[in-house]
Amino acid sequence: MTRVVLTKPDIDRALMRIAHEIVESQRGRFGLIFLGIPTRGVHLARRLARLVADIEPPDVQVGTLDVTMYRDDLATQSTRATVATEIPSSGVDGSTVILVDDVLFSGRTARAALDAITALGRPDVVRFAVLVDRGHRELPIRADFIGKNLPTSTSERVNVSIAEVDDLDEVSIA
Amino acid sequence: MKHLISARGLEATPTVAILDTAMDMVDVRTREVKKLPTLRGKTVANVFFEDSTRTRLSFEAAALALSADVTTFTTQGSSVSKGESLKDTLQTLEAMGADFIVLRHPHSGVASTVVNSGWVDAHIINAGDGTHEHPTQALLDAFTMRSRLRGENARGSDLAGISVVIVGDIFHSRVARSNALLLRTLGATVTLAAPQTLLPREIDSWGAAIVSTLDEAIDLQPDVVMTLRVQRERMTSGFFPSESEFTQLWGMNDSRLRRLPPTSIVMHPGPMNRGLEISGSVADSPQSTVTEQVANGVAVRMAVLYTLMGDSR
Repeated sequence: MTRVVLTKPDIDRALMRIAHEIVESQRGRFGLIFLGIPTRGVHLARRLARLVADIEPPDVQVGTLDVTMYRDDLATQSTRATVATEIPSSGVDGSTVILVDDVLFSGRTARAALDAITALGRPDVVRFAVLVDRGHRELPIRADFIGKNLPTSTSERVNVSIAEVDDLDEVSIA
Repeated sequence: MKHLISARGLEATPTVAILDTAMDMVDVRTREVKKLPTLRGKTVANVFFEDSTRTRLSFEAAALALSADVTTFTTQGSSVSKGESLKDTLQTLEAMGADFIVLRHPHSGVASTVVNSGWVDAHIINAGDGTHEHPTQALLDAFTMRSRLRGENARGSDLAGISVVIVGDIFHSRVARSNALLLRTLGATVTLAAPQTLLPREIDSWGAAIVSTLDEAIDLQPDVVMTLRVQRERMTSGFFPSESEFTQLWGMNDSRLRRLPPTSIVMHPGPMNRGLEISGSVADSPQSTVTEQVANGVAVRMAVLYTLMGDSR
């Protein structure tokens, strides 16, 4: 039984709101870098960067942050393919990094991402934006910008479809 | 994949995945923090029953870059001189906590014997067994070819359409065997150029064409010429009349390099006998990938350690 919880217009509105919240929290500071966590976080990061650049233009950059090698479940899971990490050539030092992912669940991916960023340099600030927060945290981690809080049970699956990957924008629970 | 013993069993898809992971490992080597926490708390034991510089150092660097602890065992100064068996040596290392055993041995087939025996639970990586195989060398060579010849389009691609000539002491070369097998799996065409005496008996099963001199091979205008070390230490009888004749017919020199397309590359697994199988000026030319191969070796071995780690069965 699959239930659609966010449609394309819902997702567009949520991202637009997050973009405004980010601009507001920046208070005119420069050096904003969106780092998407593969796969879908990368595309969400690109969309957010475009939206933010439309609101308050200067100096918005986008990159990809692969956290695979920093995960804490590598020894118990089968091998995951790595993805190239791409950061702006100017580096992350002194910037505001906005980590972007599709779903926040246990918090373990975010923990790995924080370690991965530390290996790249020292941003002034790191914030975390997610499209969906489904609860059930296993670590003391929270998101700064949330598209939608989705109360779920642990047995449910949250499926995020993003047009760039899945040909449609939709969030459903199965 | 729990162990890496031979290039023979490797299929194309997981091999390309290892090469792709290695690209990301190259990237790590350029970062501010050049280490990953991936193997933290794991121990990699380098067990070398035969001399080696680059393979041992390369595995060490790879393990350290993934935050593993490294112990290195060499036969000099060990209890092997008191008659300790391979089984007891390996079990001793595992009892001390080795999760990975990187094994080099002068006898062909030792690595697969160790895996089949069930002596140890650790991941076994064959770092060269006699004249049999050296799979991580084949992987790093494939990686080097792919990044040099495909450039921007390397990720995800195999070696289809690439022509490779392997020249020289093929009989004694585990590098040649592993390369010939892996290159074929990845879709490259392989031609071997060697004196009859330096071709192994089961050469037909390699799926490679054979020519008798390097000049014939150069006429094929290959993308890659892979020269091999003449293994003087394994030569107990006369395999060719003289070293100068070998150099004349199978040595890579300037005039042969000039006959190759400018985009072609010349490889050598090291250590080189400069002036014998490869001239000094070819080894130092921009078309030579000798030092690149060494640098890529670390990244490829990181990718191998990471890939094996995910399979504990």
